Amino acid sequence: MINREMIDASNLVAGVDKAFWIILSISFLFLIGLTIVMLYFVYKYNKKRHPKAVQIDGSVKLEIIWTGIPLILVMLMFYYGWKGYKPVTGPAPDGAMEITAVARMWNFQFQYENGKRTDTLYIPKDRPVKLNLKALDVIHGLSIPAFRVKSDMVPGRKDHSTWFIPQKEGKFDLFCTEYCGLNHSYMYTAAVVMPQEKFDKWYKDKSAAPVADKAAKPGAQGLALLQKTGCVACHSFNGTKLIGPTFKGIYGAKHVVKRGKEEVEITVDDEYIRKSIMDPNAEIVKGYKKGLMLSYKEQLTDKDVDLIIEYLKTLK
Amino acid sequence: MNQEVSFYEVKKYKTGILNWILSTDHKRIGLLYLYSILAFFIVGVCLGLAMKLELIAPGKTIMEAQTYNAVFTFHGIIMIFLIIIPGLPAVFGNFLLPIMIGAKDVAFPKLNLLSWWIYVLGAVVALMSQFMGDGPPDTGWTFYAPYSFKTSTTMLPAIIGAFILGFSSILTGLNFIVTIHRMRAPGMTWLKMPLFPWSLYATGWIQLLSTPIVGITLLMVVAERTMNIGFFDPALGGDPVLYQHLFWIYSHPAVYIMILPAMGTISEIIPTFSQKTIFGYKAVVASTLLIAFVGYFVWGHHMYTAGMSDTAVWLFSLMTFLVAIPSAVKVFNWIATMYKGSINLKVPLYWALGFLFLFMVGGLTGLVLGAVATDVQVHDTAFVVAHFHFVMFGGVGTAFFGAMHYWFPKMYGKMYDESWAKVGFYTFIVGFLLLYMPMFWLGMYGMPRRYYDYLEQFHGGNIISSFGALVLVAGLAIIIINLVTSARKGKKAEKDPWHGKTLEWQVDSPPTLENFDTIPVVEKGPYEY
Ligand code: HEC
Ligand SMILES: [Cu+2]
Ligand SMILES: [Cu+2]
Repeated sequence: MINREMIDASNLVAGVDKAFWIILSISFLFLIGLTIVMLYFVYKYNKKRHPKAVQIDGSVKLEIIWTGIPLILVMLMFYYGWKGYKPVTGPAPDGAMEITAVARMWNFQFQYENGKRTDTLYIPKDRPVKLNLKALDVIHGLSIPAFRVKSDMVPGRKDHSTWFIPQKEGKFDLFCTEYCGLNHSYMYTAAVVMPQEKFDKWYKDKSAAPVADKAAKPGAQGLALLQKTGCVACHSFNGTKLIGPTFKGIYGAKHVVKRGKEEVEITVDDEYIRKSIMDPNAEIVKGYKKGLMLSYKEQLTDKDVDLIIEYLKTLK
Repeated sequence: MNQEVSFYEVKKYKTGILNWILSTDHKRIGLLYLYSILAFFIVGVCLGLAMKLELIAPGKTIMEAQTYNAVFTFHGIIMIFLIIIPGLPAVFGNFLLPIMIGAKDVAFPKLNLLSWWIYVLGAVVALMSQFMGDGPPDTGWTFYAPYSFKTSTTMLPAIIGAFILGFSSILTGLNFIVTIHRMRAPGMTWLKMPLFPWSLYATGWIQLLSTPIVGITLLMVVAERTMNIGFFDPALGGDPVLYQHLFWIYSHPAVYIMILPAMGTISEIIPTFSQKTIFGYKAVVASTLLIAFVGYFVWGHHMYTAGMSDTAVWLFSLMTFLVAIPSAVKVFNWIATMYKGSINLKVPLYWALGFLFLFMVGGLTGLVLGAVATDVQVHDTAFVVAHFHFVMFGGVGTAFFGAMHYWFPKMYGKMYDESWAKVGFYTFIVGFLLLYMPMFWLGMYGMPRRYYDYLEQFHGGNIISSFGALVLVAGLAIIIINLVTSARKGKKAEKDPWHGKTLEWQVDSPPTLENFDTIPVVEKGPYEY
């Protein structure tokens, strides 16, 4: 439909684009035809040329014709609309690659069956991919326009999924389409389609650390984790107050937090940071709102948290 | 009372303003609504323009993301709840319905005044959310759960405001239904009633039957936010999709609350300026009632991607296509009305033709949204935004301006300036197309809606769109300034400047307090030339 390069990027493209063509071309014909007739009448029967109107009450025959023909046409559109969607109704075929997509304010995480976790969707070409859709906080949407795939990610839903077969190698935009607050427009990533062998190699490569350059500055891996997990959407490094408190000078600082109803002063140490990440709503930093940051138990391991702490220490 | 003077001259109170805000005269109440709506409209347009300027380039242009989110929320709340829902019925329905059916006033004049006051109260409460607490609401006008529980911005006044506004709408609907049932002039049988009152009748029923649903839904949100009762928030055991169902069970029929009176207006303008009876009167009436009825069963087309069952998706898609038919029938009848007419090409007819074109684009792109496969591609993208602006602004908006020019002589006893009105019209249409057409393309390419920032590939379309917004606003300014100056200084209007046949053209311009010296007896159909 819209972009030559996009053609057949997934098994849905053909059906969806056919529906687009049918609906848009019939619509276009009607629009142009009726507009021309309308303007022609305005010209032809202008009172200068046609001073006396001919009174016509109506015509049952015409009413039947212009109810009947559009009815047939819209049923045609309905049919192709349904047909284009049909391939993804019902369960995913056996042998589909199962990936769990987890959305939270404001990033995606993709969890593979072997424990691999990424912020970009890596998938093999020509093999059905089943995405289990989860949202942790509010409704998000997962949309890959090139694949004609879109589904809402609704918090609280356990078994919501969608599936498709990527058919073209390359990197495709993946957007959050359901408005989800402040950084909704920055909640996007990519779907990367690779040939099966290349994908297998990537999939098995356990060594792949969060950052390529391990010899970098102390805490570099922690920084990469903060960026990849999406913490930076709410926490700044430069002292600016975003949704959450800044990380600047956080380690060793004294903060007032609310624990239930009482307010206590604490010193930020390893223990506190670990708790802030794994159980953020037990203690709320004064001046911030409860319930915005959710636990990262599912996303981060203890080792990840160590790496993050190591990095936070460097932010003086 | 002196029957010769216009209703403007009849004054009960010494202080001028009291004669307005305490008046139970349907004409003054109609004008009260007009001025309130105009004030809000100017605010809503400025907010819309601000969004378009922000989007003229990627990255921050004139405001922060949080401000942008608050701006589109406020824009939506104003435009939907304060302007288009009351819109044509509250302004032109109030002013003209009693006159068009040969009555002295509506059935319950005091209730009528009360609904204006409730409207003002609801508006004030909703506006308070902008200035109270932790900042203006940022959920979008749909208040989707659970985001509307998570956000720290001031939600309650906005929601309670919308709740209160619902009552105003219910009372107006009720009043019109009873007025139409009880107060038609002798001889005006149902099938001799003009089409604008018919559309108000159908609208009245939707207002009466579906507004309570959104009322309850909004109360549930309030209960959930204040008392932690889990209806919609999964964190409390609720279901966010239930909220969407309840919201759209009202808000889809609400689309017809907005569009039916617009269609009614067009059904008045076209016969008058063709000097010809409407083609297929009965078909037009039947399609009005059918739209109102079938419109109740299509709400699910807003939720194809929300995870409904496939059967539900199938059924809602089918129903959506069926509701397209009566709208198409109307378009055919309007065009057929012009056939062999004697067309007097004046500004109200310009607007009616503008309506037809823009509404056709809106309706036909609605088919893309009704079909499942294509809807999934463009749902929650700029395409949807373009579609509903074509229907709401291109449809209801142009019908409103058409009505404004058509009944202007009746309301003010003055004529507007013809050439400025045409300049305004053309500027509006050009701006409108530039503004909204590119958004169809952006949406098909995948640009999500409610987007503060966007990727480089969406830049081109957004530049055109933002430029169109500037042209559109210039057009609006010309139209409004022309009408305001004409109301003060225009040439005096006759009783019946367009040679109309409906009853409002038999009374003085502007009408006297009781509209008619003697109640007319109706013998002919509404458009018999
Ligand atoms: C949706 C926004 C959001 C995201 C994403 C987020 N946080 Fe937070 N975070 C907050 C808020 C709000 C607070 C303050 C309330 C509280 O204490 O829970 C906070 C508090 C904290 C604190 C305590 C800060 C202090 O000054 O005492 C730490 C540490 C922290 N977050 C770490 C993280 C890490 C690490 C991540 C990513 C894995 C992350 N946050 C992701 C919103 C967020
Ligand atoms: Cu989002
Ligand atoms: Cu709808």
